[in-house]
Order: sequence, then C-alpha cells, then structure tokens
Amino acid sequence: MTHFSLQKMLHAADGPLKLNVNCDIEDGAFISLYGPSGAGKTSLLRMLAGFMKPDNGMIKVNDEVWFDSENKINLVSQKRVVGFVFQDYALFPNMNVEENILYALTKNDSKKIIEELLELTALTGLRNKKIQMLSGGQQQRVALARALARRPKLLLLDEPLSAIDNEMRSNLQQTLLSIHSHYKVTSIIVSHDINEIVKLTSKTIHLQNGIIERYAPSSEIFSDQSGKINSLKGFFLSVEKNEINYVAVILVGQQLVKINCDEEDTRNLQKGDEIEISFKGAPAFFRKL
Amino acid sequence: MIEPTPIFLTLELAFLTTIILFFLAIPVARWLSLNKNIFKTITEVVVSLPLVLPPTVIGFYLLLAFSPSHSFGKFLENYFDIRLAFSFGGLLIGSVIYSLPFMVHPILSGLTSLPSSLEEASLSLGKSKTQTLFNVLLPNIKPSILTAIVLTFAHTIGEFGVVLMIGGNIPGKTNVASIAVYDEVEALNYHDANMYATFLIGISVTILFLLYFSNRKLQEVKIL
Repeated sequence: MTHFSLQKMLHAADGPLKLNVNCDIEDGAFISLYGPSGAGKTSLLRMLAGFMKPDNGMIKVNDEVWFDSENKINLVSQKRVVGFVFQDYALFPNMNVEENILYALTKNDSKKIIEELLELTALTGLRNKKIQMLSGGQQQRVALARALARRPKLLLLDEPLSAIDNEMRSNLQQTLLSIHSHYKVTSIIVSHDINEIVKLTSKTIHLQNGIIERYAPSSEIFSDQSGKINSLKGFFLSVEKNEINYVAVILVGQQLVKINCDEEDTRNLQKGDEIEISFKGAPAFFRKL
Repeated sequence: MIEPTPIFLTLELAFLTTIILFFLAIPVARWLSLNKNIFKTITEVVVSLPLVLPPTVIGFYLLLAFSPSHSFGKFLENYFDIRLAFSFGGLLIGSVIYSLPFMVHPILSGLTSLPSSLEEASLSLGKSKTQTLFNVLLPNIKPSILTAIVLTFAHTIGEFGVVLMIGGNIPGKTNVASIAVYDEVEALNYHDANMYATFLIGISVTILFLLYFSNRKLQEVKIL
C-alpha cells in the first residue's frame, strides 16, 4: 500500500494555492492524476519523488516511511527508490542508450535487467546509439527503461507522452501497459488525455484547486461526464448545401466531421468558432460557445 | 636575441593559475547555481569585482596584505617563513584573484543552462549530488568548461597591473612577458619589446583560435 497525506502552500501563476491531498493506492495499481493546469498535479508528483518538500504530512510506501513531518523524516530522492519519467525525457546527452540505463545501477547490481528492459522497450537494436540520434518516442522509451532499472517501488510519470505524436503515442501506451503487467510496479501517471487514462489506468485521482475532487475507477469518472452531456465540442469550419439539405463541416479533435444541420443554426457562425453539437434531436443542433 | 625567462614565467604563471582556478571555481560555481540567498549575491559581487576594479587597486591591497609590516604578511613570515610580496607565490595568488570571474562565470552559466530535470533524474536514480555533478552535469557543459579554461589562461597571460604592483620586476622571478615589453620600451629597446609583444600576440591568437574551433566541434554534437 502506498499512502500519502500532504499539505503544501504552492505559489502558482494565478496566486497562492493550498494543496491538501490524502490518498491510499493499492500495491501494483496503475492510476492517473487528472485535472486542469495549475491544480497541483506535478507538485504532488514532485513531492512523492522528493524533489519538493511538503509543509506537512506523511508519505508511506510499502510500510517504509519516506516523509513524516511530525517525526522529521524526509528521505532524499536518492534513498526513495522511485522511478521518475519526465515530460522532457531528461536523458543524459553524454551517454548512449545503454549507458543511460546502466547509470541507474550500482556496481553490485546484476546487469541482467538491462537486457530485459531493452527487450521490453524494443531498444535492443539502438543500445549503442547516441541520445541525440533518437526520435522523441525512442527517447521516452529510454527514459522509461532507465526509470525502471532500479526496480522502483513507485513509478511516477509526469505527462510522459504529451510531446509525442499520435501514432507513436499509442505505441508507447502499449509499451507502458506491458511493462506495468510485467513488473507490477505501483504507477502514477499525470495525463490530460482521457483516451490514454481510460486505456492505461484502473483508477483516477481527479485533482482540482489543490484538493482531490474524486478518486474512483477511471471509466466511472469519465463515463459520467460524457453520459450527462450527450454532446461534442468542436470547431465550425464551413457549411455546404447538397441536393437535400445542409451539411456542416466541423473539426472534432483531430477529425473532420460532416453533420446534417439546419441552415439557420449556422448563419451566425464563422470559420473557427468553437461550438457544441448536441445530439438530442435530429438534425444535430449547434450552440455557439 | 631576447632573454627567454619572461616568456617561460608567463606560461608557468598562466598554467598554474588555470589549474588552481579550475578546482576552485567548480565548487564556487556549483554553490552559486544552487543558492538564491543574500550570500549568493555577496559572493557574486566579490567574484565579479576584478572585472570592474582597476588591476592596480587589487594589486595595491594585496601588496599591503602581503607586506611583513602588516598583520597577514607578518603572520605568514613568522609562522610559515613565507614572504609573498615581490615573489612568484604572491604573483600567483594575485593572478588567481584577478582571473577568478573568467573561470567562474562560464562554468556557472553552463550549469544554470542545464534543465533541472537532468539533475533530478540523476538523484532519483539513486546518485548523490557529487556523483551527479561529476557524471552528469560537468560532462554536459564541456564547451563552457573549455571556454573557462582558455579564457582564464589567456587572461592571465595578458595581465599587467596586478603583476606590476605585487611582483615588482625581479628578473627570473616576477618579470613576466607583459612587463618585459614595458621595460624594454622604457629602455628604448624597441626591437626586444617587439619580440615579446609578437610572442604575446601569437599565443593569444592561437589560444582563441583553438577555443572557437573546438567549441564549434563540441556544439555540433550537442543538442540540448
């Protein structure tokens, strides 16, 4: 069991924010940390890793106390056996792929895990490559392998896939899943991508304004939202007329969607306007946001 | 033919100053890169002072400090039998102080230009701060370190004011090439002055050329 209850005054861009969180995570769970920018997600992760000192509270991982303000215990990062995957990869440019992963080991550690990790992250063929020669997706694979080399008790991933293009992203999500099922390490991922969260994680911490709004199974948190709204948000591009009726062209996410519509609805819309498409009646109904 | 000792003295002084400053500047720059308190500001002022002060001012106060008629100089002479005024040792200390910013500043700006995640990654992989400094941070600021070393060396070669104040002009001990030029001109010996001056120009151009050439090479492989 991983337990944390932490308080910290944060100084965000839009004023001070009091982070006050309390949570228990089962061993081997893969959970996500979701919420708007500035809600304190990254700060929470950094406190767990030992990069930032909480004002008050306690962190306990598998009965080992990492932080306890009352008893003045605060293990430094190097003592916490934690794996951290950064958004900017943070690989060491002076080392090649294999050396980056080897760096995590001490002299007495068996090197066997290196082969295993290279295999799991599909990096075996790139082991002697310079970091600068790799694509973003490959770099993040190295960072992941490196973070796991010490067999961490807690794996923390701070928006690891946000700088990676869509195709590579779903590829890496598969890698994350297979690594998690292989090592069963308790993992927390910060993500804004609902698709990613539902695919990877069993539970989600929904953080808002420094407090945990909800901590529930991921599918539950996000199905509630979509069930209630029954609509899509997108950007209006144009309206075309065919033989029978009018068709609006709308950009929803990365896809162009054509929807039958009422010409009147589109009259005061301009290209690029953000709209909400409601499916409650037919034809679809648009409302300008 | 000119007397070669001033040239050797100049090279010896520059070489020793660079080595001492290299080991001195790394902890100073590291400390400055980690701290944000008032002591950091004070240290920055002290380190940068030789950039703005006339060298004669530094030389003057060092001369007073080293003089056996003042407490520090007396202490050195009584307890260690060392007399720094008008000696090569005194010259070396003066050079170290005078060239300090040229070693500290490039290393400091190299360290602060690295993303903090690099250090955090190393710490989270179980390494100490010292291991992180030597295995991750310093190897990734090689161009800055090279710049620091070369500028310090070159700047020490070009030193004049401090050297003149605390070294005097003792042949074979403190008479470095920059002073020799001045001496020969005073003696209206333009031919010899020209020889020393040509040597100084030659070595400065060579050093700077090597610096920019190798930094270009280093930057080609660096993407950070």
